[in-house]
Amino acid sequence: MSIKIALAGNPNSGKTTMFNELTGSAQYVGNWPGVTVEKKEGRLKGHRDVIIQDLPGIYSLSPYTLEEVVARSYLVGEKPDAIINIVDGTNIERNLYLTTQLIELGIPTVVAINMIDVVRRNGDAIDIEKLSRSLGCQVVETSALKGIGAAEAAERAIEAARAESSCRLPSVFNGSVEHAIAHIEESIEDMVPKCNLRWYAIKLFERDEKAAEELSLEQALLDHLDEHIKACEAEMDDDSESIIINQRYAYIAKVVSSCVKKSKRKKHSTSDKIDRVVTNRIMALPIFVAVMFVVYYISVTTVGSIVTDFTNDTLFGDWIIAPLGEWMGAIGVAPWLTGLVVDGIISGVGAVLGFVPQMLILFLMLSILEDVGYMARVAFIMDRIFRKFGLSGKSFIPMLIGSGCSVPGIMASRTIENERDRRMTIMTTSFIPCGAKMPIVALIAGALFGGAWWVAPSAYFIGVAAVIVSGIILKKTKYFSGKPTPFVMELPPYHVPSAGNVFRSTWERGWSFIKRAGTVILAASVFIWFTSSFGFVDGVFTMVEEMDSSVLAAAGSFIAPLFAPLGFGNWQSAVATVMGLLAKEEVVGVFGVLYGVSGDALHMVEEGLFEGLSPIAAHFTSLSAFTFLIFNLLCAPCFAAIGAISREMNSRKWTWYAIGYLTVFAYSVSLIVYQLGLLFSGGAFTVATAAACIVAAALLWLLLRKNPYDESTEIKVNLEVGANA
Amino acid sequence: MKTLREVKIGDTVKVLKLHGEGPVRRRIMDMGVTKGAEVYVRKVAPLGDPIEITVRGYELSIRKADAEMIEIE
Repeated sequence: MSIKIALAGNPNSGKTTMFNELTGSAQYVGNWPGVTVEKKEGRLKGHRDVIIQDLPGIYSLSPYTLEEVVARSYLVGEKPDAIINIVDGTNIERNLYLTTQLIELGIPTVVAINMIDVVRRNGDAIDIEKLSRSLGCQVVETSALKGIGAAEAAERAIEAARAESSCRLPSVFNGSVEHAIAHIEESIEDMVPKCNLRWYAIKLFERDEKAAEELSLEQALLDHLDEHIKACEAEMDDDSESIIINQRYAYIAKVVSSCVKKSKRKKHSTSDKIDRVVTNRIMALPIFVAVMFVVYYISVTTVGSIVTDFTNDTLFGDWIIAPLGEWMGAIGVAPWLTGLVVDGIISGVGAVLGFVPQMLILFLMLSILEDVGYMARVAFIMDRIFRKFGLSGKSFIPMLIGSGCSVPGIMASRTIENERDRRMTIMTTSFIPCGAKMPIVALIAGALFGGAWWVAPSAYFIGVAAVIVSGIILKKTKYFSGKPTPFVMELPPYHVPSAGNVFRSTWERGWSFIKRAGTVILAASVFIWFTSSFGFVDGVFTMVEEMDSSVLAAAGSFIAPLFAPLGFGNWQSAVATVMGLLAKEEVVGVFGVLYGVSGDALHMVEEGLFEGLSPIAAHFTSLSAFTFLIFNLLCAPCFAAIGAISREMNSRKWTWYAIGYLTVFAYSVSLIVYQLGLLFSGGAFTVATAAACIVAAALLWLLLRKNPYDESTEIKVNLEVGANA
Repeated sequence: MKTLREVKIGDTVKVLKLHGEGPVRRRIMDMGVTKGAEVYVRKVAPLGDPIEITVRGYELSIRKADAEMIEIE
C-alpha cells in the first residue's frame, strides 16, 4: 500500500531544500486546483511506494490566506498518512506555533528541527528528548542543506504512518478554555472522525466559518456552543481567536524555555550586520537601485539580449528556418506546406523558445535574490509606493523587467505571495513599454514628429500612468477589494544561496513557461500565419502572395471602422495591430509592406532612415499617429506575453479578463486623446466627441469614486445584520 | 492609549492588547505579536513606512497603519 506523507512548515524553514533532498529528481510540479498556488509532489528516494506531498509554506492554519486554506483542506480532506513538520531551529518559537496546530489534526506527525547546524554554530542547544515528550510526537534533528537527518525523518514518518500512531495531544490550553473546548468536543463527537475531533472543536471555538461550513452544523447547536464561547470570552476578557493564539504561544514559550538552551553570548549575526547596511535609511535606496540595475543589465541589456538575439536570429533564423525553407523548396514540397512548417510552426516554436534563454537568466537572478533573502527587502523598501495603487512592493521587479520584455516580467510575478497582488501585477505589467514596442515609438517619433525628443519618454509616462490608474480602478472592483491585504511579512535572515535550489527553481520556472505558455503561443502563431497567407482570389480560397488579399486583410477592413473614432480607421492599421500580436515590432514591418515602403521598414527605423518611411507618414496626422501609438502600447500584448499571462493566471477566465481589460483600457484612452485632441485643435463637436467625454467621465468616476467595498462600509453592513438578528 | 506606531526606534515594548478585527489582526497574532510579547522596534523603511520589528527572536515588517492596532504598555 502506498503511503502519502505531507511536508508542512513555515516559509523560509528550508522546506524546499528538504523536499529536494527527500525526492531527488522524481518530482511533479503543478498547481493546486483552481488557484495560482504551486503544488509539488515527489517520490521518496529509495521508496517506490512513498509519495511526498509538499504543502505551501504557511505560518498558521487560519482560514484567511489562500495558502493556508489550500494546506488545511488538503490535510483535513485528503488525510495524508503522516506529516513531516519542518521547523526552523533558529526560529523555533514561531515555528512551533504551526506545529501545535498540525498535531491537533490527529495525523501521525514527525517534527524535523531543521537548520540544526546553524543552531549549533550559534552555540544553542535543543533537548530533543524533552521536546519530543512535551509535544507528544517524534522529533528529529535535520539540516536539509548539509544532508543531515532527512532520511531519518522520512523513515520515522513511514513507521508512524504504518503504526497509525497518532500523537498524544499535548495540553496546550488550560482553565476555562480547555473546559469550553472539551464541551464542544462532546457536542460534535458523533459528527466528525475521532482523530479530527480536537481540531474541529478548536476551530469552532475560534468561530472559524470554514470549519462550521464543513460540518454543516445546525443553527441551534451553533447558538448553544456560542453561549459557552461567550462565557469563556467574558471570563478571559478577550475574543476567542485571541484566547487560543495567546494560550498557544504561552504554551510554546514554556516548552521552549525548558527544552532550548540559548547561548549566553549576545551575538550580532552576519545577517544583522548585512541588514544594517542594506536596509539602512540612507543607503537602502542607492543599494536597491544598484541591485536592480545589475539584474536589469544582465538579464535584459547584455547577456539576455545576446542570447535572445542568438536564438531568434542565428539559431532559428539562419540555421533552421532559412535552410529548411530552401531545402523544402528544392525537393518540391508544396508552397503552402513549406509555409505552414517554416513560417507557421517553426517560427511559432521559435517565438516560444526564443524567450527561454533570457528567461532562464532572469529566473536565475531572481532565484538568487529570493534565496539570499533580498526579495523580502525589496517589498519592504518599495511597499510604501506600490500599495497606494493596490500592488505589492514586489511588483517593482516585474515592472522593471517588463520594460525589457513583458514575458519574463509577467513570469517574475511568481515571487509575489499574495494572489490578489499577483493577479493585479500580471494584468498591468504589459502596460510598461517593452523593447519590442520601441520600433513603433521610433517610427512615430521619426516619421511623424521629426524625431521629437518627448515621444519616447511620453511612451514610458503613458505606460506608468496606465499602471497607476489601473491599480486604483481595479482596487475598487469587487474582486480586488474585499478583505484588505495584510502586509505582515517576515524578513528572513540573509544566507548564502544554495546552488541546487537556485538552479532547480530556475529550471522549473523555465520549463513551466515552455510547457504552459508554449501551447498558446504556438496555436496563435499558426492561426495568424494561416489568416495572413490565405485568402480568396477570384472567388477561390487559395494561398496568396500579398497580404492585401488575405483573409486577415478582409477581416481588417471589417474591423477597421471600429478604429475610426481613434483616428486610424483604415484596414492597414487594423492588420498591423493584429500582426503586432505576433511580436510588437511586426507593426512596423507590416506597415512597410502594406503601404509600399521600398525596403525593410523595421530595418529603416532601426537605422534612422525616416525619409523612406514617408508613405507610412502620409496616412497619419500627428494626432492619429499618437493615438495609434497609445493604442498599440497599451492594448493586448504579444502572444508570447499572453501565453505568460495564461500560465501565471492559471485560469482561462482570468486570462481573458486580463486581455479584455488591457484592450478596453487602450481603446478608451486612445478615444479620449483623439477626440479631445480634435476638439481642442478646432474640430467640431460630434457624436464621437460626446462618446469620448462620456468615457472620460466614466474613467474619472472609476478613478475617484469612494471604494464601495471599503472596510468602513463592510463594518456598517455587519452592524445592520447584527441589528436585524 | 499608546500604540506600537509611536514607539521610537531602538525601544523595546510589551504588547498589551490587539485592536481591530479580521485577517490582518489574526495574521499579526499568528506571527507572534500577542498579549505580553516583547517587541523591539528595529528600523523604519527608507520611505518612512513600513517598520521592522523583532519579535520572538525574528524580524517582522508591518505597516504603520497596522502598528496602530497594537496597544502597548
